[in-house]
Amino acid sequence: MSYSNKVIDHYEKPRNVGALDKSDPQVGTGMVGAPACGDVMKLQIKVGLDGKIEDAKFKTYGCGSAIASSSLVTEWLKGRTLDEAATIKNSEIAEELELPPVKIHCSVLAEDAIKAAIADYKNKH
Amino acid sequence: MTLKLPIYLDNSATTRVDPRVLDKMLPFLTENFGNPSSRSHSFGWVSEEAVENARIQVANTVGCDSKEIIWTSGATEATNLALKGAANFYQDKGKHIITLKTEHKATLDSIRELERQGFDATYLTPNSEGILDINALLAAIRPDTILISILFVNNEIGVIQDIATIGNICREKGIIFHVDAVQAVGKIKFNLSELNVDLMSFSAHKVYGPKGIGALYVRRKPRIRLIPQIHGGGHERGFRSGTLPTHQIVGMGEAFRIASLEMDDEIPRIKKLRDKLLNGLSQIEEIYINGSMEKRIPHNLNVSFNYVEGESLMMAIKDIAVSSGSACTSASLEPSYVLKALGRNDELAHSSIRFTIGRFNTEEEIEYAITLLQNKVANLRDLSPLWEMFKEGIDIEHYQWQEHGPRDIILHQ
Repeated sequence: MSYSNKVIDHYEKPRNVGALDKSDPQVGTGMVGAPACGDVMKLQIKVGLDGKIEDAKFKTYGCGSAIASSSLVTEWLKGRTLDEAATIKNSEIAEELELPPVKIHCSVLAEDAIKAAIADYKNKH
Repeated sequence: MTLKLPIYLDNSATTRVDPRVLDKMLPFLTENFGNPSSRSHSFGWVSEEAVENARIQVANTVGCDSKEIIWTSGATEATNLALKGAANFYQDKGKHIITLKTEHKATLDSIRELERQGFDATYLTPNSEGILDINALLAAIRPDTILISILFVNNEIGVIQDIATIGNICREKGIIFHVDAVQAVGKIKFNLSELNVDLMSFSAHKVYGPKGIGALYVRRKPRIRLIPQIHGGGHERGFRSGTLPTHQIVGMGEAFRIASLEMDDEIPRIKKLRDKLLNGLSQIEEIYINGSMEKRIPHNLNVSFNYVEGESLMMAIKDIAVSSGSACTSASLEPSYVLKALGRNDELAHSSIRFTIGRFNTEEEIEYAITLLQNKVANLRDLSPLWEMFKEGIDIEHYQWQEHGPRDIILHQ
């Protein structure tokens, strides 16, 4: 399996790895995937008083493309409003990381993780 | 001594040709290029003598008569010839075949083909250590069982089956017994004159010989008959037609000779390296050894690293060349069928690494591999939500995972 340089870069230097306090009302947590499927993504967003995402953290169990997809979206999420964040499409992620067809599901999972994190945040408010 | 990266720890996939083997091979590509079937000139005679000498070297290594060795293109062909050849010849006696779920694909797919031809097959599940339970085998034998095929040493987990006992059962019941011994030569001592084995497959390239050459042992007393699978000039007493590749055969003979000559020194040396690797990896939390450690060749260590995904692990340790039970190495999404047959769950099967140590590995290389694994597994676990959950005491096995269509899923804890 050959990976694009962008995947390797995110894999070797993942951005925004870590965890936020999931009980914090400002924090939305999304966890998608399943160990048996080979991918689990946990994505957390912290929404500021201005309604913009001020921080994003992730942890991912999965292949290099899954790690890269989640790392990339944490970069993209910062500074966006929830509505803006919700517009991120898996196709944009796949395009940016030049994912091969067998790895498209990683970008789908990343999009799902964003939506789950937003839904969790909204559920708290 | 400086390390050359990547480090090769995949000696069950293939091995480097021993320089001594290559030296013996080369003249048979240049000055002694004759066809061993040419009877009318010295080019042919020299080649034929070399082929027969190699046949004796192989026979001496495995403890049989040289007339019982048939050259093939490799072990896959040897196994195809053994299984299809014997099943086709003896099909009037019965149509039932028994094998193990953890066999090599050459065996499993040959038997699948025989099933398509109307044969009936039983695939036995080994125990959780990878060992065949003799009572399970006895229970599976039927009056119409004609053929049993068992792997001597498993290629993925290195476990050794009790070939002597199985052979005795087969002989007593008049069942033909084929053994794939590809991973056994040079790694454990055995002698065909003491085993009730009828057919045995061998390969050169797992024993520091060249690729593209193998052999099938076909017992003469009692005589085992086979229907040939490749037809042509009637080479190899009609069992396998095709011009013999003299240089490859010479290489296989020399590789087997060296293996039997140096086994007594090589095995303890490799075991020491394997034990060092095992000790080093054992310092990592949540690792699982796949397959029995007692009934196992010392060359193999197969380990699952829990809460780390296999493909990302392979990516992280690209400075060492190893195999993985992960689906990432193949086109399918299924993890190792061998580990699944042992009862390992998908996650552990996916995160398994097979280290196979060989003649040319050094202590420094093993030390490098240990440090690399310790660091990279720690890094990936820092990145793993499953490791975080494990550390928080969450039961991952019974956690409600949202496996399908997770678009509207919200996490509540």
